[in-house]
Amino acid sequence: MPVELVEKMLTGDQRALARLVSAVERQSAEVPEIMQHVTPLLGRAYCVGITGPPGAGKSTLTDRLIAHARQQGETVGIIAVDPTSPFSGGAILGDRIRMQQHYLDAGVYIRSMASRGHHGGLSHAAKGVIKLLDAFGKDLILVETVGVGQTELDVVAAADTTVLILVPESGDAIQTIKAGIMEIADLFVINKADRDGAERLQRDLQMMLHVRHASDGWCPPVLSTQAHQDLGIVELYEAITTHRRKLSETGQLTTRRRQNRRQELLDLLQQQLLAALTAQFENGETHSGLLAQVEEGTVDPYTAVQQMLVESGGLWR
Amino acid sequence: MTTVQRIRVLIAKPGLDGHDRGAKVLALALRDAGIEVIYTGLRQQPEQIAAAAIQEDVDVVGLSCLSGAHNVLFPRVVELLKEQGAEDVLVVGGGTIPEHDIPGLQANGVQALFGPGSSIADIVDYIREHAPQRS
Repeated sequence: MPVELVEKMLTGDQRALARLVSAVERQSAEVPEIMQHVTPLLGRAYCVGITGPPGAGKSTLTDRLIAHARQQGETVGIIAVDPTSPFSGGAILGDRIRMQQHYLDAGVYIRSMASRGHHGGLSHAAKGVIKLLDAFGKDLILVETVGVGQTELDVVAAADTTVLILVPESGDAIQTIKAGIMEIADLFVINKADRDGAERLQRDLQMMLHVRHASDGWCPPVLSTQAHQDLGIVELYEAITTHRRKLSETGQLTTRRRQNRRQELLDLLQQQLLAALTAQFENGETHSGLLAQVEEGTVDPYTAVQQMLVESGGLWR
Repeated sequence: MTTVQRIRVLIAKPGLDGHDRGAKVLALALRDAGIEVIYTGLRQQPEQIAAAAIQEDVDVVGLSCLSGAHNVLFPRVVELLKEQGAEDVLVVGGGTIPEHDIPGLQANGVQALFGPGSSIADIVDYIREHAPQRS
């Protein structure tokens, strides 16, 4: 069944692609089989992560980047992530509203995803969906994160180039020195650059980035855009292209992708192992006496975890 | 692996009216019921709605129309979904739909209609109960 769906997707069938995305998103038991068929086809697409605080203009900029990439003859896949309600598990996914001009373009596939309890700015399934879009034949994949603060860095381990979108109100020089996303973005964009404070933020950012020793030989440029007016979009696209060329020429693209695959394996292992162990534990299949003792306070959780890992096939070291 | 099932609903505004208060209120209620809602914005052509429903692989499409053009626009969305192999998607409608239009719309594949005075809880319950089970 998954094989047929993959084959159908490879003929360019959007509905088959959409069904496969859903399978990856609900962590279906068929995912390993799907991925086995898709993996030989991977690596052709270039993936750009778009991140930044809520309301910075990520969706609007993404919309304009799609338009420009289409003019260059590239096909585009978009993953737009919005937050899941921690209370109900539901979500309102509204990034598409900004991308209406592309709904009927067969060269554009847009998928809205809910973060589903994941805290890194993407959803667990995002990396799997990037693979599907790559195999489907998209030239460019844009991944838009939920509105983030300073430490939601998932997108860096998923994308080839990471773009951080800020607005003039995003903060003064003190804010910009803080850790997290500021340390790892490849390109900085000050959107809504017609507002007060844009030039000052640009100066501050540039100064900070020059001080930072660029160990990989890349000093992230600070661009300004007004997505709403379509200003600065060509420059942003060209800066992405320049970064891409530089990563390819220096071999860093290969290194980055290797690191990302390694990270993906570790994340997946952690997620699945935890789910499996927790399920066993909560169903009372193993260690039921231990849980009661921890609840009573007669055994400490450190010792309990050690014992559980030893009993689960010698996982304790 | 542990499988996570979530109902996905596309809320769409076909036609030319600019009132999406009801659509937004319903979107929030669905979210609070644990459903993932994709909202596509105002003034959509049926073609755009069908394309979004296919790409997003939704279980349900909820159409809201206050312009009086529902008899044309709603069945057109159903038809386009069918043409693209998505006949299993549940299509429901709301807005200013007169009672006497309901049988005709249902005959054209809009399976439930919620006119003025409908309770939000009823709509949410209907969607939960009737969303197709996907494998």
